[in-house]
Amino acid sequence: MSFLPKPKLHHPELATNDIGFTRRDYEGAISTLCAGCGHDSISAAIIRACYELSLPPHRIAKLSGIGCSSKTPTYFLGAAHGFNSVHGRMPSVATGAYLANRELIYLGVSGDGDSASIGLGQFAHALRRGINMTYIVENNGVYGLTKGQFSATSDRGSTSKKGATNTDAAIDLVGLALQLGATFVARSFSGDKAQLVPLIKAALQHPGAAFIDCISPCVQFNNHVGSTKSFDYIREHNEAVNRLDYITGRSEITADYAPGEIEVVVQHDGGVLRLRKLATDYDPHDRTSALRYLQERTVAGEIVTGLLYVDPEPENLHQRLNTVATPLNALEDRLLCPGSAMLETLNAALR
Amino acid sequence: MPQSQETSGPIDAWKETTLQPTDITHPDYFHKIVDCQWACPAHTPVPEYIRLIAAGRYADAYLVNWKSNVFPGILGRTCDRPCEPACRRGRVEADPVAICRLKRVAADYKGDITPLLPRPPAVKSGKRVACVGTGPASLTVARDLAAAGHAVTVFDREGKAGGFIRFQIPRFRLPEAVIDEEVGYVLNLGVEARLGEPITSLKALLAEGYDAVFIGCGAPRGRDLDVPGRKEAASHIHIGIDWLASVSFGHVKAIGKRVIVLGGGNTAMDCCRSARRLGGEEVRVVVRSGFEEMKASPWEKEDAMREDIPILNYLAPKSVVHENGTLTGMTFERVRAEYDAAGRRSLVPTGEPDEFIAADDVLVAIGQENAFPWIERDAGIAFERNGLPVLDPVTLQSTHPLVFFGGDAAFGPKNIIWAAAHGHQAAMSIDLLLHGKDLHDRPPPEVTLVSQKMGIHSWSYDNAVSIDLRYKVPHIEKGQALRDITTEVELGFDIDLAFKEAQRCLNCDVQTVFSAKLCIECDACVDICPVDCITFTKNGEEAELRTRLNAPAHHLEQALYIADGLKTGRIMAKDEDVCLHCGMCAERCPTGAWDMQRFLIDMAQVGARSSALAL
Repeated sequence: MSFLPKPKLHHPELATNDIGFTRRDYEGAISTLCAGCGHDSISAAIIRACYELSLPPHRIAKLSGIGCSSKTPTYFLGAAHGFNSVHGRMPSVATGAYLANRELIYLGVSGDGDSASIGLGQFAHALRRGINMTYIVENNGVYGLTKGQFSATSDRGSTSKKGATNTDAAIDLVGLALQLGATFVARSFSGDKAQLVPLIKAALQHPGAAFIDCISPCVQFNNHVGSTKSFDYIREHNEAVNRLDYITGRSEITADYAPGEIEVVVQHDGGVLRLRKLATDYDPHDRTSALRYLQERTVAGEIVTGLLYVDPEPENLHQRLNTVATPLNALEDRLLCPGSAMLETLNAALR
Repeated sequence: MPQSQETSGPIDAWKETTLQPTDITHPDYFHKIVDCQWACPAHTPVPEYIRLIAAGRYADAYLVNWKSNVFPGILGRTCDRPCEPACRRGRVEADPVAICRLKRVAADYKGDITPLLPRPPAVKSGKRVACVGTGPASLTVARDLAAAGHAVTVFDREGKAGGFIRFQIPRFRLPEAVIDEEVGYVLNLGVEARLGEPITSLKALLAEGYDAVFIGCGAPRGRDLDVPGRKEAASHIHIGIDWLASVSFGHVKAIGKRVIVLGGGNTAMDCCRSARRLGGEEVRVVVRSGFEEMKASPWEKEDAMREDIPILNYLAPKSVVHENGTLTGMTFERVRAEYDAAGRRSLVPTGEPDEFIAADDVLVAIGQENAFPWIERDAGIAFERNGLPVLDPVTLQSTHPLVFFGGDAAFGPKNIIWAAAHGHQAAMSIDLLLHGKDLHDRPPPEVTLVSQKMGIHSWSYDNAVSIDLRYKVPHIEKGQALRDITTEVELGFDIDLAFKEAQRCLNCDVQTVFSAKLCIECDACVDICPVDCITFTKNGEEAELRTRLNAPAHHLEQALYIADGLKTGRIMAKDEDVCLHCGMCAERCPTGAWDMQRFLIDMAQVGARSSALAL
């Protein structure tokens, strides 16, 4: 960790976004993670995504559990709301917060221990309920905070820094998210911001449950030969199915690609996803074939990245519950509480 | 097959036009990054002495200066400060570090440094060198050569050494005690000073058998005004530099109440401020050009205006108005600037009525000229048409092999720091000549590059970046300043202010050194860099590459640091322009691929290796 804060001086030509903030305004405290941690790159990508989308920092709620990954919300969006919850319980807190105030932008940051072990049940239910949030798992496949044990996402056959071989099957969070009904599913790599930043932007603007599995090498305990989550291994085995541009407003689409190479997906809010296909036979709107493709490529030893599935017209929890448009926490008591007469009527109807 | 990286295109296709890796072993590469030191004609290691000031080591800070520029106390008050416009701080914040005034701090608080100065060497070379004039150029030559064991004699027509420094810079900017001290350090090296001895013939001087002669007699002639009425009213029209000298000698103690100062250079500023102190109540500076184009340093203009001296621009002198030889004022023609296609300026009359300004005295400070009436035409020295000697620009040798020039005498009026720089070069040439060596075979600078790493995240320099704005040097109260021409106006920084100002220095001499073979391309440096100056990308042509870096890099004179040999085939490109040298890239680097290394470049001087100045 560094002892000094990041210097306040910035590039003289540092630009401002539509709401007058510089990218530096989206930063948080300096990271206390190990130097070179992939998580810090993901924090930088989140900062850039929020800056480029001109999101007002005070309208964002960042939620996390316990672990290296769950420490990171301190290191970005210093002016946003934050909740550092119990281990694995971030999704419950997010669900409650989302029910109470549907207008905030929810960003959950978790890790492979927090979401694939202690919080696996929470992870599953948040996605199947359609919580309108961006759920990022900073997946390093190792328990870094406790010095290098295998985690639930460590691949079978990979080795630890000390040389032990993992004999358990790995949980594939992307596969789970697809099965559980997440309406935006992506995988990326902390070392490739050109891919990661547009994915985070698209996820933040997606009006449903958006999940990003972001492989994030642990430089201290999982960046050795034999690891399947090291910088070198990921770079060698990374197979991106597409490259994404996220564009706000339709006017910016320019036809500088050959026909068939580009797919334009118009999101519910008018935002545009421009997908440049790399794997020509891949369809990001077919949940079933996405699952099959992922399993086939995994067997072939590849790590599939990119936007794997998106439903442009997703349904979220508030739509399913048919709640009022006004956030519940903004309603007066008179509206929230139906009164004793109404309660009597209701009870009588159930007797 | 890695597709996700930006490296999906074939790297080889770029080979023909791509950038080559930076050769950081070339002494100029890191030297240029220390903008202040590069801009200083004498290449004073500025960040080095500023760190010493912050550490309270004033004597050491003084000696670093003394070695490079010979007159730290004098320059700390009067330097033209080419270092400050170059200072990186001015590019990332509002104002540069107050380098010049920190130099004065070193001089003010150094204590007694005489035991630390070199002594006249016991072993003499047996060679004799004459220096004409005792200004900064001559004294620099004298110091360098005397310390190397040569017998140096300096000549001056005045009774005291110092030249322009002593007689033309007013006392309220530079107290005489400072001059006595620093001129003394040079003369005490065993230099023979023949003061009050004007040189009237170069041939006669050469006939005395000197092995070399250095001419550093300045540009002693003030340019005169040529307008109607000039001759008739001569008794109240004075040439600026001569008048300043008369004030300095005490021959002139008063001036009229209404004074016009003609000219826009620093001499004009000295004239008007001196006039305010000698009875001038309505002192006006009048310049032909625009205010912005004036040659005077911005801070000198500010100092003048602070003393209630208006600066009137775009007024060309037309005539001197007098009544039977008694000056009553001057008329000026109003002009404006016009630029031709090539950007050349000409001043053309606006056609408005002339302006009359009433005055009792006029000071003419419209430039200086070189004059060598004592150099015989057949002495073997060739002159250019502009009156300047024909010189080898590197060795400063004239067409007479034994005669060298420096300072204003060499290339026309410049300033003290240039004179010191010339002095070092001329001394080097003379020393080579006296040893019978090739004058162009000059020793290279000494360069050291040393890691500053002290622990995992601690460095032997203070890498926290101060966000303080530039501190102002306290001035004495104006009324008190104007009462006495010998009262120094600037009080200098106290130790507390000096520390705070010193902390504004970005330590640009502590370099970011990159080792590609250690890099794992984790992006930690890119993410932490506060000025976004690091990019990992595909190689390309420089002009094209500059357009796709993480932050704009339009300052073409500022280098890109390029390193190749990374696993993904990309290059590391760092824009040196705005780097804060904060060391964050190195702190956040997990493999030590970035390191902070102190670069110290010591320009070669005569006998530097043998002197006691290696700090």
